[in-house]
Amino acid sequence: MRRVLGWGVAVAVAAALGIGGAAAQTLEKIKQRGTLVVGVKADYKPFGFRDPSGKIIGLEPDLAQEVADTLGVKLQLEPVISSNRMQFLQQGKIDLMIATMNDKPDRREVVGIVEPSYYASGVNVLAPKKAGFKQWEQLKGKPVCAIQGAWYNKPLAEKYGIEIVAFKGTAEAQTALVQGNCVAYTYDDTSFPALLEDKAKWGDYEMPLPSIMPDPWGLAVPLPERNKEFGRFMSGMVYEWHRSGKLIALEKKWGLQPSPFLEDMHKRCASLELH
Amino acid sequence: MDAVWDWFRWLHTATGINLTIFYDAFDRQRFAWGFLTSLRLMAICLTASVAIGVVGAWLQGARFRPVRWLLQGYIEFFRNTPPLIQLYFFYFALGSLLSMATPTGIRVPLVGNFTWAAVGLSLYAGAFNIEIFRSGIEAVPRTTIEAAEALGYTRLRAYVHIVLPLAFRISLPALNNNLVNLIKTTTIAYAIAVPEMLYVANQIWSDEINVPEMMNVLLLVYVALVGLLVHVMGRWERAMRIPGYSI
Repeated sequence: MRRVLGWGVAVAVAAALGIGGAAAQTLEKIKQRGTLVVGVKADYKPFGFRDPSGKIIGLEPDLAQEVADTLGVKLQLEPVISSNRMQFLQQGKIDLMIATMNDKPDRREVVGIVEPSYYASGVNVLAPKKAGFKQWEQLKGKPVCAIQGAWYNKPLAEKYGIEIVAFKGTAEAQTALVQGNCVAYTYDDTSFPALLEDKAKWGDYEMPLPSIMPDPWGLAVPLPERNKEFGRFMSGMVYEWHRSGKLIALEKKWGLQPSPFLEDMHKRCASLELH
Repeated sequence: MDAVWDWFRWLHTATGINLTIFYDAFDRQRFAWGFLTSLRLMAICLTASVAIGVVGAWLQGARFRPVRWLLQGYIEFFRNTPPLIQLYFFYFALGSLLSMATPTGIRVPLVGNFTWAAVGLSLYAGAFNIEIFRSGIEAVPRTTIEAAEALGYTRLRAYVHIVLPLAFRISLPALNNNLVNLIKTTTIAYAIAVPEMLYVANQIWSDEINVPEMMNVLLLVYVALVGLLVHVMGRWERAMRIPGYSI
């Protein structure tokens, strides 16, 4: 009796956590419902943010719309944040997550991250417009402010001969840049557009270089779907976005710097047609 | 030499103890550079702070009052505030005022972070050294100074030839302490991105995730450096001992 009770509790817990239940065919569920529910960011401009009317727009909502159109269903956007996006997917609150998530091994054990990656953040710099930088090679031997512990400080110093001046936090690094202690400030390229919107403070600055050292972003389906029809379908969607140049067009539409990753992926996917 | 580096590489694969500063050429170079930067900073601050102490202690006896007030103000300011805040103040607050325009129109600071660290830490330790020397000077018997005056010494010459040599001997143990502290305080220069040893170690352990190894390396290097200073100061103390003049 006790054993039966033990199993019962285990099953109940598993069901509550959505371990067993999520195995249901997501694609069928979406078609029956007539809506696709996608988790996107609402606070990460320009990937997912709210327009003045409160509607969520951006690069990732555009991708979500295309998925819904392809399936022939309506789209419902669900705002997520970094700390709840994976749980939403596990619990079945959303069918699909396109929310600026870096593809990491530990995350692959929790959600079904689909390949290929649809985007990659890179490393760039913020520099005064007057400095007129165009290439990374121009920074050789010059002091560039950075954040202590950023993984790309070493390759920047090793490959490009940049003198990294690393501070504890972004505030110190930005102050040191403004005061002229460094010729530029290096960080994730996706962090700069929001900064540059503050014209009063950063009006004389720009993000002038091509982004380098891409860190891939993956969209995700529920883990059991990873190698089932929905996961494979999403792989095909992402491949097609790369092949057709859709992602490059969206990048331009939302005012992002051309990412070498997208260009490279476009070339690779499109070149298959030649064979 | 390569055999030594290879041994450390072997150590990593065999035991997991990852000392990249020996087998990775890039890490080795930056750690060596950090070590030299630390030594330079220490040498400059030790010399400058002792000089500030000697001159300041003399000025404390100045007859012109405003000099004494200014000196006391300096001592209070640097003794009563944390050195980390002083460095931030120098680098971010004063540094932004002292800038000049380059031909491209971008303003750059006149004084770099290494210089600010050297200036800030010298002034910080110097304030303590003045008080340490004062304690030594006050221990010199009044009668000795009067004897010097009776022999026609001026105030400055009596200070240089009579008072300071005696006071120095009395002050040495306390000075020793303060200089050891100064050596260890140079590590806070990493807050304003001076590439000294702690800063470099921090960069290395961020890249290689070998925090325990680098922490131990830092500890050993500082134990060795402070040990060396204490040894030298101890010899100096013994060499300056005057037989029969007990203090």
